[in-house]
Formats: sequence, C-alpha cells, structure tokens
Amino acid sequence: MPFIANTPDQQKEMLAEIGLSMEELFSDIPEKLKCDSFKLPKGLNEQQVREKLYKLADKNSTRLICFLGGGFYDHFIPAAINALVSRSEFYTAYTPYQPELSQGTLQAIYEYQSAISRLTGMEVANASLYDGGTAIYEAMMMAMRITNRNKVIMDDSVNPIYRVMIQSYTRNLKIDLEETPNADGAANRKRILECIDDSTAAVILQNPNFFGRIDDFTDIAKAAHDKGALLIVSCYPIALGILKTPGEMDADIVVGEGQSLGLNMSFGGPYLGFMSTKKQYIRKMPGRIVGETLDKNGKRSFVLTLQAREQHIRRDKATSNICSNEALCALSSLIYLSLMGKSGLKETAKLCANHAAYAFKRLSQIPGVKPRFKSKWFFNEFVLDLPCEAGDVVANLIEKGFAAGFPLSRYYKGMENSILISVTEKRSRQEIGMLAEALEGALCS
Amino acid sequence: MQLIFEKSVPGRKAVQINAGDAPTKINIKKQFLRAEDPDLPELSELDVVRHFTELSRKNFGVDTNFYPLGSCTMKYNPKVTELIASYPGFAHLHPLLPQLRMGGMLTQGALQVLHETDLLLQEITGMDGFTMQPMAGSHGELTGIMIIAAYHADKGNEKTTILVPDSAHGTNPASAAIAGYKVVSVPSNDKGVMDMEALKGLINEDVAGLMLTCPNTLGLFNPHIKDICDLIHDVDGLVYYDGANLNAIVGKARPGDFGFDVVHLNLHKTFATPHGGGGPGAGPVGVTRPLLKYLPVSIVVKRKDGTYALEYEMKKSIGYIAPFYGNFGIVLRAYVYILMLGKEGLIRVSENAVLNANYIKEKLKPYYKLAFEGICKHECVFSITKEMADKGIHTMDVAKALIDKGFHPPTVYFPTIVKESMMIEPTETESKETIDSFIQAMIEIAELALSDPEKLKAAPVTTPVTRPDETSAARNLNVSNFCPCG
Repeated sequence: MPFIANTPDQQKEMLAEIGLSMEELFSDIPEKLKCDSFKLPKGLNEQQVREKLYKLADKNSTRLICFLGGGFYDHFIPAAINALVSRSEFYTAYTPYQPELSQGTLQAIYEYQSAISRLTGMEVANASLYDGGTAIYEAMMMAMRITNRNKVIMDDSVNPIYRVMIQSYTRNLKIDLEETPNADGAANRKRILECIDDSTAAVILQNPNFFGRIDDFTDIAKAAHDKGALLIVSCYPIALGILKTPGEMDADIVVGEGQSLGLNMSFGGPYLGFMSTKKQYIRKMPGRIVGETLDKNGKRSFVLTLQAREQHIRRDKATSNICSNEALCALSSLIYLSLMGKSGLKETAKLCANHAAYAFKRLSQIPGVKPRFKSKWFFNEFVLDLPCEAGDVVANLIEKGFAAGFPLSRYYKGMENSILISVTEKRSRQEIGMLAEALEGALCS
Repeated sequence: MQLIFEKSVPGRKAVQINAGDAPTKINIKKQFLRAEDPDLPELSELDVVRHFTELSRKNFGVDTNFYPLGSCTMKYNPKVTELIASYPGFAHLHPLLPQLRMGGMLTQGALQVLHETDLLLQEITGMDGFTMQPMAGSHGELTGIMIIAAYHADKGNEKTTILVPDSAHGTNPASAAIAGYKVVSVPSNDKGVMDMEALKGLINEDVAGLMLTCPNTLGLFNPHIKDICDLIHDVDGLVYYDGANLNAIVGKARPGDFGFDVVHLNLHKTFATPHGGGGPGAGPVGVTRPLLKYLPVSIVVKRKDGTYALEYEMKKSIGYIAPFYGNFGIVLRAYVYILMLGKEGLIRVSENAVLNANYIKEKLKPYYKLAFEGICKHECVFSITKEMADKGIHTMDVAKALIDKGFHPPTVYFPTIVKESMMIEPTETESKETIDSFIQAMIEIAELALSDPEKLKAAPVTTPVTRPDETSAARNLNVSNFCPCG
C-alpha cells in the first residue's frame, strides 16, 4: 500500500514526456552500487496492519495504577486537545518558512511563547526544544556563550535522567562540570555557594527537584549574579500553577519538560523542552523564535525572527544545530494551558500537592516505612525508605497492579531501600489507600 | 486576529477539575508560592476550540495544498498511523516502566516495535544497527558525530576536522561544530556535485570524517560516492550519510553499500510521519558493525526466549542522548508505514518520487533556468531567468505568486550555491493532475513575470496577511505579550 496516485498508464505517459524509461531514471547510480539485497516483508493492507498493531499495543500494560513520575507524569488530558491538534492543517504543515500561509502555526507559537513566559515569570521564550534534558544542555551552552566562561555547577538533585545526558553531550567539550551532592534531599546551598567563582558560567538547579523537594533559589541567584554567573532553573510546569516562579527568584534561563502540559506519556516521546529567559539574552538563545510584526497593509502578522542566530544562515557559527522545534507538542501544551486557564492550572497544582500530602501521611504510617528526608516541603513527589530493597517491593507491587514508584538505587548510592512516589491529580484517595494496603502486604510477605 | 489572551473573560472556565474529596487548602509556606496566579486566558471550551480551529484555517498543509518544499519530503501522511499511535497501549505507556524489575514484561509490544524498526531500517540502509533515540534529523547528526568522535578517541586518533560540502544543509556544519570539530567546506564542481580534486586537496590526517547528503540538495546523485568514501577511509576518517534525501533511492540503493559508516534518517521525510508544523520528528542513527559499541545507551535486544529487553551494559557507548527511547510515537508511525509499504511499495516510492521530479524538471525547463542538466533524483533546482531578473523579479516573488494559485512554494534561496534558487520536491504521493496544475501555474507565473512584474511583487493577495515586515520584526522585537514587571 504505497499511497501512490499515478496509475501505470499515467507513469508511462510521464516517462514518454521525459523520454526515458524508469530504469534510465536511475542510470546515474552505478550498477555495482544498486541493492542486491532488499529483504523486506510483503506490504500489509490497513486491516492487517491495524490487527497486528492492536495486538502489539495490547501486550503493553496501561492498567497499572500509576505512582511513577520522575519528571514524566500521568496527568489528566482534556479531549479538546487531541481534537484540535488532529486538524491536519496543523499537523501536515512544516516549519513556517512562508509566513503568509502559516499564520496559524506562527500565531500559535507566539501564543505558546507568551504562555511559557507567563508561567515561568520570564520575559521571553523560544518556540520549544526537543525535551527537558536537551533544554538543560542548550541552556548550559547558552550561559557559556553569554558569560564567556566554562565552569558549570549542577546539583545532583537535578533529574539524573538529564544529568547523564549532559555528561554525554559535554564529553568532548572544554567544560568544567562540577556536581554538588544534595544536602538531605535539597540543593546543597553551602557547597554551591563555595563553588561559585569568577570562572563560573552557570549554576543549574531544579524546582521541585528530582526528590520532589521545593525551594526558593533567590539567594543562589544573587550569589551567582555577584560573581557574574547565571542561574539556570529546570522546572515542572504544572507546579508553576502555585509555586514561586523562577522569574520571581531572578533566574536567568528557565527550562523544563513540557510533557505534563497535555501530552501523552507515549513511552518517552514525543515531548517538548521549553526555554524562557531575560530579554537581554534573547540573541544568545537557541531554537526558533516567532515575533509579531505588521504586513504591508499594516495588519498584525507573525514571522520567524532573529534567524541570524540559526544554522541555516550561520552554519558552523550558529547558536545551536537545532533546526525544527517540537511545534505540534508546543501547540498541545498551549491548548492545554488555554483550557486549564488561570484557575484550572492552579487547582490542578493544588490537587497534586494535596493528594501527595495525603499519600505521604498515609504511606509513612506503614510500620517500617520512613520518610527519607527531614523536610516536609515537597510538591507532588516524595521519597520513602522501605525496610527492604525498593526494587523488590516495586516488582512485587507490579504483580498487584501498581506502578508504585521509582527505586532510587539506579542513580543514587546508598539509596537501595528508597522509593520516589509521585501523585498526580488523577490519583484518588481510594487508589492511595489501595496502594498503602498493597505496600503493607508486600512488606509483610 | 486577536490573541487568545485578548479573548479572556474574567471568571470564565473551560475545564472542571475533578477535585473529589480533597481539601482546597494547601500546606506550603508562602516563601515557596508565586505571588500571583499565572496570567493564563479564561475561556470556555468552545472559545478555545473556535480560536484554534480559526488558526488552523490560516495554514497550508499537505492535506490542503500541494507542498513541494524541497529537501523536506512533504508526502502524504497516512491516517491509519495516527489512529495506531493513539491506541492506549502505546499512548499511555510510562517510559520508566521497563526500567523497573518485572516492568519490561509489561512493555513487550513497545519494545518489539523499537526492535523491529531497527531491523527494518538496517535492511533499508545496509547498516548493522540503529539507535532510535535522536529526536530530529539534526539531533541524529550530533549523535552521529559524537559516535565518530568516540571512535577516534578509542583508537587514540587526534583528529580535528569534519569536511562538509558547500551544498549541505546548515545543520551539518552546525552539528559538527557543536560536537567540538573544526568545519571545512568542500566546494561543488560545475556539474553540481562534490569537486573530487578539491576534496583530495582537503584530505589529511586531521580529517575525522565527511558528512554527505546523497543525492545532494541539488537532487543529484554523485557517481563517485564510493571513491569519496574510500578516500576518507584511507586517512582513517569516517563517512556520515545525511539521510534527508533517502526518498530518492529507497529500495534502489543503500548507503551501507556505498561505504558510509554512520547514517541518520529523517522518519518525518522518507517514512511519512507528519511534520507537525515544525516537529516532532525523529532521526534514528545507524552504524556499521565496528561502531555498534558506541551507540547511545540503551538499545532493545531480543532474548533467546523471544522476549525483548533494554540493554544498558555498553561500556564504550557515547552515553545517553535522550531521556528514553527517542520519539517513540514517531518511530511507531514510521514502523507502521514501512509494514504497509513492504518491499515492493518502498521501491515504488523512490521510482515515483524520481519520476515526478524529472517530469517537473522537463516541463519547466523552457520557462525557468535549470541549475544543472541531466537526470535528477527526488528534487530539481531552478532559478529565475535573466529576463525575469531584468524586470526586477526575484525568486521570492515567484514563490509568493504560487501561494495565490493555491500551492505551497518550493524551498527558496537554498541550496545557497545556486543564486535565486527554487528547490522543488513533488514526492511520490502526488498525482499527475496535481503536478500538471502546478506546472501550469509556474508557467503562468513565468509569463506574468515578464508581462506584469508589479502584479507578481504584490503577491500574495489571497492569504490572511500579505508579506510581513520581517526587518521590523527583528528590530522592534515582540516575541511575548507578557511583561513580568506588570
């Protein structure tokens, strides 16, 4: 089923107009380079492929009650989002190179940039990056361009899934990357303040951090600025419905993973990375940016702007190699934010925090289960210590129908018994109670 | 048209949150809370639906208009792939699940999709193994160059340079530079392909690799491709295949057989996943056997008992380049597309893509200046004639006039090595009738350029806006309607 319209007769007619045979059209490829092996299966029709993929999808379990987070969350998604992003005028278009026929995409990106600015409390945002991890990497490179320095301090309470990515990306580059060990689950203030010096380009922190802990980095921003360094904050956009914005902390570059804003978990992607910053740094920012302007008749219109930073013009001198953005995902998140609105996002964030507080209390009462950290300031995730290895308990609970959380030993030494539990607005008190009972049962057995 | 923020009415709501029995008060100290609620629009669901429906109607897409945007392969995106991507077993699967003990067994379907796509892409390209992690073509390029760097570091080679042809996509030099290499440009010859003598002059022990698109951005297949690969291999360099133009040769020839060591594919081009208005895409990277050990962590392996698992023990790997397994939803769509086309279908893809491009080339040759004579592959490059230029016409005017005739313009002003270029890529999914009407429109525009150039310069007049003032957009920057100072 190759989706080709032209009939064999039409193909013949076209070949006659060209004056060549189909074989001759490929005569520029030397014979010895043509495939002798092309062992692909026979094509399937739509009914066959749907049956096959339905069976494959069915082998994946989505029936587990999900307390798994770690930066990727099971939030409620209003139906209107899919209905709107499924309009093929959006999803079958490409990068808006021709503004006159792309005003839909362009205005939506401008609105997305505005929504991200409002959410993070920053002046400007770009049209999105690939994901939350590459967004941190791009922010780090941006900070080094702005400051002309190459030392970066990152606390290990930043999502370890992203920290290992940053280690890969920086391996061949001249970057002095210093990781500070968290202090009882919070960013290690003392160590960070000691480390900031005249060669520091940026401090990278996360709020709420990987352990769910919330913080106010105003003091670290000031200390960084005093030494001419920047503060980069990675954040969880749902939490910004209630939490202090990075803008209010005087952060310089704000990034994060946008999956929680109306995107399916989809086994890891597509997601989107968002990035916002202060206006003074916009020319150093990577990625597409849409600006408002007027057309020849004075009508409001939108265009890609500041393209002189980008690879298609600057080639090897570009601010980044990024070409496209995650436009359709950015559109989904804009529609999500528009539907939730001012009160909806705040209510969602409060519900997450409330459900998590309830779960924390309920699960901590189980004999042998203890909070890992002293502080009770968390958003919708927290760490518990179990009386035995967390990986075993999680495996046991999977059989009982729960994705109970993420065992932390994979990324943190000495946390073999620790589990990160995440609670979104979708988890009811009843489900939390069921998890508590199952956990209790699992620990006794 | 108003912005969504300008339509906001205080107190209006679109969504009722399922608060249930939860208390409304939260116990978080004030220092950690934002001073004011986020200033998001307050609208009804219908307000939001109307707004975005209206925006969608201001767009051209493949479903609404012929979209011959060169090097972007704007082919039809089959609807069934969207349906399958929405199956709950795929759409609602948490990516951390297979990283939990026992969790892998609950994601066997998804892991199988990743593994089988790997095998299919291996057969299509002649490579020995793929990573699905890169989230776009340019991300694949960066990954590929990181693999090349890991190869040299492992061998103790001290190499500093990546060669890139002057006709390359801008992402090639940008990716190489970001990976820490010096970029040296290789000129094209008068036939539009890489100048072999110039290449020989630039090859030395410092060369870590060469990045090449084949056929190139002029739609030309370089008959010396194997010799080029050999020359680079002679200095222990590696050759990188930018798969942007694979649609031209899929099923006919394989980069692995030409001698390429590293390949990236744009699933949103050759394998028909939607372009989404500028992403999400996917850029899987394939390598030859000696480079398999450098692929990013993790990869999906098939165990002896027929189950699938993630492999993390990869000591020489370049590490993690994505949080999980790439843009799974996009890989899934490409997998479905390849299954539907099968062997015969994929061969027909390149044949018809090349047929359509050559048909356009022959038909437009009398009216526009063809950049390079001879057979083209999936795209052809024209520029305006001297007579048009004498009338003050630019390629941009031709592009804008096409919009009024209901066509998305070709890629313009790229490749930069052809002045006033127009790169036309019709793809295989377009019918002769559509292509004939495009040709007719191009001919009428060519005539109008000479008879009434002012009319051309005024185009487009049928769109929601006319030509926007891009200079003023950059000078009087307005990229957000928010001011944190209130």
